[in-house]
Amino acid sequence: MAKRSAPGPLEYLRRWQMQAWLAAVFLFLYAPLLALMAFSFNDSKRNIVWKGFTLKYYEKLFNNSALLEAFGNSLTIAAVSTVISLFLGAAVALALWRFRFPGKAALDGAMALPIVVPEICMGVAMLVFFAKVLPWPQGMPWPLNLGAIIIAHVSFSFPFVAVVVRARMASFNREMEEAARDLGAGEFRTIKDVILPHMAPSLVAGALLAFTLSLDDFVITFFTAGPDTVTFPVKVYSMVRFSVTPEVNAASTVLIVLTVLLTAAALKLQGNPAATAGHGAGDGK
Amino acid sequence: MTAPKPIITFENVTKRFGKLAAVDDVSLTVNEGEFFALLGPSGCGKTTLLRMLAGFETPTEGRILIDGQDISNVPPNKRPVNMVFQSYAVFPHMTVADNVAYGLVVDKVGKAEREARVAEALELVQLGGLGERKPDQLSGGQRQRVALARALVKRPRVLLLDEPLSALDAKLREQMRTELCTLQEKVGITFIMVTHDQDEALALATRCAVMSRGVLQQVATPSDLYEFPNSRFVADFIGQVNLFEGVLAVDEPSHAVIKSPDLPVDIFLDHGVTGPRGGTVWAAIRPEKIELHKKEGDEVPNLGDAPKGTNAVAGVIKHEAYLGGSSTYEVEIAGGRRVKVQRSNLTRWDQEDFKLGETVWLCWHACSPAVLLS
Repeated sequence: MAKRSAPGPLEYLRRWQMQAWLAAVFLFLYAPLLALMAFSFNDSKRNIVWKGFTLKYYEKLFNNSALLEAFGNSLTIAAVSTVISLFLGAAVALALWRFRFPGKAALDGAMALPIVVPEICMGVAMLVFFAKVLPWPQGMPWPLNLGAIIIAHVSFSFPFVAVVVRARMASFNREMEEAARDLGAGEFRTIKDVILPHMAPSLVAGALLAFTLSLDDFVITFFTAGPDTVTFPVKVYSMVRFSVTPEVNAASTVLIVLTVLLTAAALKLQGNPAATAGHGAGDGK
Repeated sequence: MTAPKPIITFENVTKRFGKLAAVDDVSLTVNEGEFFALLGPSGCGKTTLLRMLAGFETPTEGRILIDGQDISNVPPNKRPVNMVFQSYAVFPHMTVADNVAYGLVVDKVGKAEREARVAEALELVQLGGLGERKPDQLSGGQRQRVALARALVKRPRVLLLDEPLSALDAKLREQMRTELCTLQEKVGITFIMVTHDQDEALALATRCAVMSRGVLQQVATPSDLYEFPNSRFVADFIGQVNLFEGVLAVDEPSHAVIKSPDLPVDIFLDHGVTGPRGGTVWAAIRPEKIELHKKEGDEVPNLGDAPKGTNAVAGVIKHEAYLGGSSTYEVEIAGGRRVKVQRSNLTRWDQEDFKLGETVWLCWHACSPAVLLS
């Protein structure tokens, strides 16, 4: 058999340097995660030597009321902020897609701000805002005490929804809308029968995106959370400050699995490549 | 024949987008049962006119009447017209049957009647049995039929068609032309079609309106548009034409003579023109109305009693194109002007065999030139 030709410029995967680079990337990206997951099953108090398989840290995890409360908070915040982000993001996307109005360019730019502003700055800004400008009332009953965090989460997740929905709407044929009107549908009927079905995949994707962003968020939440409104990532952080026990590993594993499942669902439901536009930015968060 | 009953009337309708008048003072009447075509180059305002009829645009000035009712301020969903869109706009998330049923569902038509009418409409456009398909399982031609059925099932007073054949390939377009005609005869609904394709308009319409830059140029039957154009624009837009600018030298009730600096001979007409004596006119002669001859001057037939020395001119063939059914030639006459001539290929091989560079004689009938005043 003849020797294979030298790799072309775009066949970079056939060069050993690139293969090595790729292997390194996978190693440094996934090995820590796998180690973290593996050691959550480690039958040892300290996280250094493998002593044998156990599920007791998961058991401990599910008996840790403080952690469970934090997990409950996280889910509540994620659910509420997702719903609000979805409405807000979809409304902004529709307005930007549909209408021409003074300040449209400004709104377009301002909307991207929460995506590009460093999270730490957003966090500090939120801290100052809720401390000085508009203090969220203290001592409210659950879940109203989560209000400040929910507002903060909505403010950084709705632009992602808007970006995804807007990308989807770019592929909408305006004649569809006119056809529905022509066939006798009023404006609201047209939205329900023609525009919403077209938007649907991006709404699902946007919702899952907003949900995972909210569930994962540490920095901004850290600055807006009070002593009685601890979320899961914040709680894990506080546990790590004392020691990295397998319990922390178990908690992190739960969070990773949950996030990965939701993201996979989002990608699958999105299907349409036009709607994937917002995802690159979303993953970097 | 009964007197035509007007169904749609545009009264001095103007539509401005900013400063630009897309439709400029158009008055037009379409009669019951017509297949009416709005024809013109892109950007001439024909689509805007159609969209005003459907209700997607409102006139800046003037009124639009359907059955004598002013509908200028009626929203599109309340008008007795339905439209077949250029992109067909078939709803992708609904089955074919649901697409067709949509207008009836919105109108709250009962289930039994709805199903019967949907089945009937699908049968009408030869899509019976495909009701459960999704639009992405259909060909372009089938999608168009869905759009047709969806509009016709509502039994509109007028069906609007926006460039109905432009998205189909040539063979299918030919077939759909015939079908649209048959369909219109079958349902008896007034059709109004927008097209930039003059062949399509001539083949389908019972009457055409030619538009240019928002202004109505001429409204006539296809044959009148072709044979009796009222302006150089219409003559040139519909089909091919040789235009000779000249002066009306003689204008009697029985005959007229035009002298053109482009032609070495006079153009003789066997009828009066009642044009401006001595003013500028244009003689329009269609390429297929000019005969090609190899004979010398005296032996060229004088068609329609044109006197010797008129309506016949010698020239050299400069360009030839064989088109199957016919051939076209460009013949250069004295003075350098090129004249387009079309000749039917009546036999499988040509007895006369006109060749490039050959000197030939052109002649035309005394009734062939159309005299245009603008």
